[in-house]
Amino acid sequence: MSLELIFFLVLALASVVTAFGMLLSRNAIYSALYLVMNFITVAIFYLMLGAPFIAMAQITVYAGAIMVLFLFVIMLLGAERLPDTQVLPYQKWLARVLAFILVVETGYMLLVRGKPQGEIIPPEASANMVDSLREMGMTLFNEYLLPFEVTSVLLLVAMVGAIVLIRKDKKVG
Amino acid sequence: MIPINYYIILSAVLFTIGTLGVLTRRNALIIFMSVELMLNAANLAFVAFARAREIATGQPLFDGQIFVFFVIAVAAAEVAVGLALIVEIFKSKRSIDVDQMSSMKG
Amino acid sequence: MLFSEATPSGFFFLAPWLVFAPVIGLLINIIFGGRFSEKVIGTVASLASGASFIVSVLLAWSLAAGGGHAVSVPFAEWMHIGSLELDWTFRVDSLSTTMMLVVSGVGTLIHIYAIGYMHEDVRFKNDLGRFRRFFVFLNLFIAAMMILVSGDSYLMLFVGWEGVGLCSFLLIGFWYEMDTLGRPSWANSNAGNKAFITNRVGDFGFLIAGFIMFWAFGSFQFDEVFEAARTVAPGIIVAITLFMLIGVAGKSAQIPLYVWLPDAMAGPTPVSALIHAATMVTAGVYLVTRSAELYMLVPQAQYIVAMTGAVTALFAATIAVGQYDIKKVLAYSTISQLGFMVAAVGMGAFVAGMFHLVTHAFFKALLFLSAGSVILGLERGHHHLAHAQHDDHGKGRKGKKDSHHEDEVFDPGDMRNMGGLRKTMPVTFWLYMIGTLALAGIFPFAGFWSKDEILADALKEGFTGVYWLLSIAAFFTAFYMGRQIWMVFFGEARHEAAAHAEESPRVMTVPLMVLAFLSVVGGALNLPGMHTLTLWLEHTIEVHAGEFVMSVAVISTLLALAAILLSWFIYGRDPLKAGQPDPLKKPLGFLFTGMENKWFVDEGYFAIVIGPFKRISQFLADVIDWRFWHDFVHDTVIAGAYNWFSNIALNRYADQQGIDAFANWLGSATKSLSATMRRVQNGFVRSYALSVLLGVVLIVGYLILK
Repeated sequence: MSLELIFFLVLALASVVTAFGMLLSRNAIYSALYLVMNFITVAIFYLMLGAPFIAMAQITVYAGAIMVLFLFVIMLLGAERLPDTQVLPYQKWLARVLAFILVVETGYMLLVRGKPQGEIIPPEASANMVDSLREMGMTLFNEYLLPFEVTSVLLLVAMVGAIVLIRKDKKVG
Repeated sequence: MIPINYYIILSAVLFTIGTLGVLTRRNALIIFMSVELMLNAANLAFVAFARAREIATGQPLFDGQIFVFFVIAVAAAEVAVGLALIVEIFKSKRSIDVDQMSSMKG
Repeated sequence: MLFSEATPSGFFFLAPWLVFAPVIGLLINIIFGGRFSEKVIGTVASLASGASFIVSVLLAWSLAAGGGHAVSVPFAEWMHIGSLELDWTFRVDSLSTTMMLVVSGVGTLIHIYAIGYMHEDVRFKNDLGRFRRFFVFLNLFIAAMMILVSGDSYLMLFVGWEGVGLCSFLLIGFWYEMDTLGRPSWANSNAGNKAFITNRVGDFGFLIAGFIMFWAFGSFQFDEVFEAARTVAPGIIVAITLFMLIGVAGKSAQIPLYVWLPDAMAGPTPVSALIHAATMVTAGVYLVTRSAELYMLVPQAQYIVAMTGAVTALFAATIAVGQYDIKKVLAYSTISQLGFMVAAVGMGAFVAGMFHLVTHAFFKALLFLSAGSVILGLERGHHHLAHAQHDDHGKGRKGKKDSHHEDEVFDPGDMRNMGGLRKTMPVTFWLYMIGTLALAGIFPFAGFWSKDEILADALKEGFTGVYWLLSIAAFFTAFYMGRQIWMVFFGEARHEAAAHAEESPRVMTVPLMVLAFLSVVGGALNLPGMHTLTLWLEHTIEVHAGEFVMSVAVISTLLALAAILLSWFIYGRDPLKAGQPDPLKKPLGFLFTGMENKWFVDEGYFAIVIGPFKRISQFLADVIDWRFWHDFVHDTVIAGAYNWFSNIALNRYADQQGIDAFANWLGSATKSLSATMRRVQNGFVRSYALSVLLGVVLIVGYLILK
């Protein structure tokens, strides 16, 4: 067991635990905070996989902007907790059974059927240099220029949509 | 030296936890967060596969990262609109319990 | 000739306008005519026909300038099937332009005349709306006739041939719901049917000729047919020409198919003049002339054609003597004159035949139109009289108005009602006189030259029998025309209407004057020694100049003069009184009865052909079709079996217990299934998500187990 692997396992454990924390917290604010922690562990995985830009984006956009927005809305609505109801009693158990089956199936598919070969080695120091980042920028703005622009339009549409949904209906006339 | 399988299994577990969140929680906001978790699981798989390929070919490969970048952008847009919708629903129903929103039934 | 140098190809490109000018005219009248006044409708139609005439003149001029060589103007591709290539091509040669000039020229004059005639006719018959219809039909006729004469192949000719037949039918039955006297009856439409059906018999012959032609030569195009005809057995040519003769007999009213033409007088008089005297009926003569090269190859067929024409000429002339209706006399006269033409072209005297065709178009149109003028004059007098009587009655006894008058049916076309019209209708009288002299063949009128050329050619070609038949026919011609003149215009009025007859308006008399002028000078077309028409037609058909034989001319003139003198002796010296029988009746006895009743040909046809035909049809319809086929086979055998089968097998078992039950089961199954399924749609988003997950698990499971 190398140090790396130990680090990975600890981190993976943290990731799973925080994910379960999000799933099981009765208070929505705790859920959100668990999710932030989960995102941070995933960001560290990105760094281990030699993707520093994505790691940074993950932390700023997801853990920062999006989750802050979530917390903001939760607190705005005062919807930390919901009263218990007896609707759909079978839902929870059925979901757990199916999720378990899904994990088993996926594991079988990956480990028994797919058998992906390969080891992830830690990235060289150069991967975190500016050159690598520039190359990724070149790829993004050359090969993926059109999707990039489409994404920008999508963001604009989302912005306009959010504004239209939230604003108060003005009485016309 | 971490086998890629580990990453993939981690991704699958996170994805399933997200799925469970969507299916078992009634709070619309937590359902939303679970969806974000599922997206993250997928992103992790993307980057891990890309890295494995990079190591196998010895050539730098950014496509996986760029896809994740797009996913993050789309997720941001989704959250903006989704939260706006939830706020609107809360305004009319005084609740964000998805089970309350069951008027569309046969 | 500077102009022609500037336009070396001439005006041949205008050829399609021969057809399209009248078509445009009739379209204008159909579409906009409802808003036009009668004058505008008539003017449009006349201009359309006139445009056709102008095009004909330009074509003839271009042809003359170009040396008379035939020109083909391709217009449209009709159909190409295998080796058969049928195109709509206009053929401009001296023969077709001659016909074009006659048709459009005389046609235009008759259009103008018809403006005046129909104006009154629609008023006497009380249906103003038909004025427009008449001119539409008239223009359609001009278009069809132009297709006929300008066609480059037998098939195009046939298209026009059928087209004019249709127009003839439409116009004979123009007042379809009445008879010639305006009483409600189907007489006029029956006359139209008779013409159409009789022509159908003739067209059948033409079609057979066409089929043989295609079978033997593989083409319908004139030049190609003539080229190929030289190489085949004469038997085939005989068959073609004789079958064609049936068509000619139908269209040009020759024995045995002439019977429709006298009945065709049911149409308005301009129609009788245009279609049933001047143009359409000459189509047969044109056809024979066009096929000159075929007929020249087979003297046997030529002889039959010539004899048919000659016998018809004499036969019809004798019937004309016994007729009382002014138009019927002219109708039989037309048949007789057509006999002259057919005899001429049958003998190979194509120029003489065409010459007579042209002059006959002039003077027979003149005679018919003048007869129309006479009839309208009597109608006017009758109308006048009715009003006067009506006033008298109105003064005398109130309530029952002119009952006497409505009981009596007045026939304005009956010569026994006429007499003394010389004084009341002087213009018409003189015009009629000119037409009569031209028809009788008196020097120097047009008919003299053309008829003499036929007679001279008959002698020269060795057809002595034909010569004598035609000479006797010419004698009869002069006699019945003299009889008509004396009965109509001389003596005393035998009916009050005749005494009060009124002259026709200028729009009718002016075209008549033009025709009269042409009837006087028409002979100049082919004067002996000059042979203008001969030289003109030489470009198209092989002809030789006819010689002027003094003895023939003298004999025929003497015969004509004698006939007129005889008619004066019988009808002029001691004019007919009202109610008196024809003075010929007593001396001729049963012969006159035969003439009067058209030698009972119609009755004979009825007894021999139509009666048995009807009985067979009746038998077939009643016994075979209705009783056997319908009642027994259909109703009893087929319908019975079918009913049994459908009732027992299909209805009870297959339908009710099979298909019906299945359909009902399907319905109730769907109903209960949906009642169950709708519970799935519970409105909870999470259950829907759960079902998606279930789907994912199942699909992945399937992938694993696969």
